[in-house]
Amino acid sequence: MTKTETLKLTTPTDRDAVITRVVDAPRGMVFDAYTKPELLQRWMLGPPGWTMPVCEIDLRVGGKYRYEWRSAEGETMGMGGTFSEVVRPVRLVATQVFDQDWTSGETIVATDIVEKNGKSTITTTIRFASREARDAALQTGMTTGMEAGFERLEELLKETARG
Amino acid sequence: MKPSGYSLDATFAALADPTRRAILARLATGEATVSELAEPFAMTQPAISKHLKVLERAGLITRGREAQRRPRKLEPRPLAEATDWIERYRKIWEANYQRLDALLQEMKSTQRKAVDELVNAAKPKSKNRKRK
Repeated sequence: MTKTETLKLTTPTDRDAVITRVVDAPRGMVFDAYTKPELLQRWMLGPPGWTMPVCEIDLRVGGKYRYEWRSAEGETMGMGGTFSEVVRPVRLVATQVFDQDWTSGETIVATDIVEKNGKSTITTTIRFASREARDAALQTGMTTGMEAGFERLEELLKETARG
Repeated sequence: MKPSGYSLDATFAALADPTRRAILARLATGEATVSELAEPFAMTQPAISKHLKVLERAGLITRGREAQRRPRKLEPRPLAEATDWIERYRKIWEANYQRLDALLQEMKSTQRKAVDELVNAAKPKSKNRKRK
């Protein structure tokens, strides 16, 4: 198998966290993998040992979705929201709220798919409701990894290791 | 998924600023005084001192004993703890995307097979059908 592409994470504004990843497939397939429950349940699983027993998607503007995950130990995690843009096969925008409310209110998650030479770049933009919401999310530690900016921090740590 | 303890939150809050990250990068190369740290930035010493206080509260840096210079130096442990957590989070995303890679490959081969079947079906029967 070829070497897997690397994930990039940036914070272009106060309210956004942006994750990009290239996959070796045309955009229509990627869009399906993001929007068809039977496909999504096979990959969006999170940490090792977790499954996604609930995946309901009403794919239309104003339609709702609901995802639930379960660990081998029986812990559960859930989230859901409403689609505000559905542009097959290039763009998907939805609100997102975790049951545990890690993000202090709704975030808006935009998924953009751009195809070039048979490969697709998936850009996920997570926008927080407000600066306050983002700062509160920061305190939970869930999104702080993004805030710190993985790449820059990695560079910093490489320097630390050398120093 | 949630990391434990206040200190990790303080570490991340301290790291969520480009100037403070640059200060840490500078200190990674060796200890430095406030004026030495202020030099590369278009900032006053009081502004730099404010950033240093945040880093100090997060336990990311400490002050040297030397009374006059009071050089700041990097404390590697909190930074390493923060990265451990980031690495876990990053791994979750990476694991998702690697499963997506595998799924997309499977979808591609299924589609190719479907296309092959359609092409074969469309070919004139007399030429391509093998006799059984």
